[in-house]
Amino acid sequence: MAAGFDPSGRLPAVFTTPGTSSFTEFLSLAAPDLLPGRRPLPVGASADVSPHATTIVALTTADGVVMAGDRRATMGNLIASRDIEKVFAADAYSLVGIAGTAGVGIELMRLFQVELEHYEKIEGAMLSLHGKANRLATMIRNNLGAALQGLAVIPLFAGFDVDAEDPAHAGRIFSFDIAGGVYEEKGFDAIGSGSLFAKSALKKRYRDGVSLDEGVRLAMEALYDAADEDTATGGPDLTRRIFPVVMTATAEGSRRLTDDEAAAVAEEVVRGRMENPGG
Amino acid sequence: MAMQFYASPEQIMRDRSEYARKGIARGRSVVVLTYEGGVLFVAENLSTALHKVSEIYDRIGFAAVGRFNEFENLRAAGIRHADLRGYSYDRRDVTARALANAYAQTLGAIFTEQSKPFEVEICVAEVGARPERDELYRLTYDGSVYDESDTGTIAMGGQAEAISEVLRGSHRPDMSLQDALRLAVRSLGSVGGEGGQPRRLEAGQLEVAVLDRRRTGRTFRRITGAALTGLLTAQEGEGEGEAAAEEPATGEAAGAPEVAGPGSSPADKSPGGVDPTAGGEA
Repeated sequence: MAAGFDPSGRLPAVFTTPGTSSFTEFLSLAAPDLLPGRRPLPVGASADVSPHATTIVALTTADGVVMAGDRRATMGNLIASRDIEKVFAADAYSLVGIAGTAGVGIELMRLFQVELEHYEKIEGAMLSLHGKANRLATMIRNNLGAALQGLAVIPLFAGFDVDAEDPAHAGRIFSFDIAGGVYEEKGFDAIGSGSLFAKSALKKRYRDGVSLDEGVRLAMEALYDAADEDTATGGPDLTRRIFPVVMTATAEGSRRLTDDEAAAVAEEVVRGRMENPGG
Repeated sequence: MAMQFYASPEQIMRDRSEYARKGIARGRSVVVLTYEGGVLFVAENLSTALHKVSEIYDRIGFAAVGRFNEFENLRAAGIRHADLRGYSYDRRDVTARALANAYAQTLGAIFTEQSKPFEVEICVAEVGARPERDELYRLTYDGSVYDESDTGTIAMGGQAEAISEVLRGSHRPDMSLQDALRLAVRSLGSVGGEGGQPRRLEAGQLEVAVLDRRRTGRTFRRITGAALTGLLTAQEGEGEGEAAAEEPATGEAAGAPEVAGPGSSPADKSPGGVDPTAGGEA
């Protein structure tokens, strides 16, 4: 039987206790075993026992934010998956991408999605964008023990700030460290093994106030450059037709580019590289 | 020593029932009905902040009448129940039936074990993929469950029976949103007027929301502001029973300014099972 269910069928007292709008806080009372970071780990390093997710890039545009992630997961020198998805909509106006231990990252991101939706339903209003980033930081902080044993996971969070005074500067990006530090980034950021190369590419090409379409193209170029230099980052797979996941968050909400749209951009980037491999 | 009077269990239960019924009858009413595009909730509610109608999960909505603190408590418990189930299993495993069951057990236990029963009546509705899969449950203060999926209508609160009569008289499951709203407002206004006259209800007196069958992910939408006024004014301009202009009205409703926000993004999908249909949705 799943945790938190009373055999008599009635809702247990912890469900009807008023006070919290946080799903994580509720879980810690109703079903603490479902929370990541609460499980005891065996002593010693646990890296390379499970797949690792790699590069995510995000950048702000005049209309909002763009986030893109490659599709590769690695385990040591092996490719664990060539079509993993690492970029998700956290809610209607924000996006989250994960790098590091894939299993922990996906669990954390799922919990984060429920956390935001739960708050919105109970309170009847959404958390502020900074509030969401701080919530995510708390979750990362709770994973510190596991992170030090090699199961680290780092998210990248970006969203459209519906409370912003100037809609042209409503796109915001937040990065995190394993200790739970949260930092607002200006313009663009990347995480994961290929982030060094993706950021170098973006540094040369990114301009303040780019359009959304240009932003998508820039993100795709940056991922190509990361895949060019980093073995753990996958490039566009033209034979199997697997392309990076690209998402946007604008005033209209968060949206994932369809496979065809992402394929079109990726193919254009590849065409450009046929003439000039350096971009 | 004070004299202990004997009260039979029947008497105690009767007193509690009467107490709860009186409390519920004092409040303004809520109606829930199915229409071609989903399930419609209409509440007479002057407050824009204290809701009687709420979202529980992707395809499940909640409506209540009675004491606010009591049904608010049940609402939050329902959201926790749904979110915990969806998180431990999958989003598809959250059902109105399970929630109605949990509510029934909870209300029943409170009714028999506590000296004061909850003065609430609640509705749990789930929108199905097809109209015949819609589920409507009405729960009363003593934990009784009434499955109203067949009739497709629920009226709760003061003079619920009179309202219900108007509703059932004209309800059809294939009504347009505009017709359904028109019927709901007419039924709510059919009681409480001076000298038995019907009342006219304005947009500001109504809380309106739908579970939209055609959406993926979170289907609950509040219809507020211009979208609601639009639907209600069209009601005056057109003759009774005319189903014209239903599509624009539905579209307008979907794009209305709302608290709930556009939840049809892929955020609403569990990452474990990605729904390809949600991928391209704006």
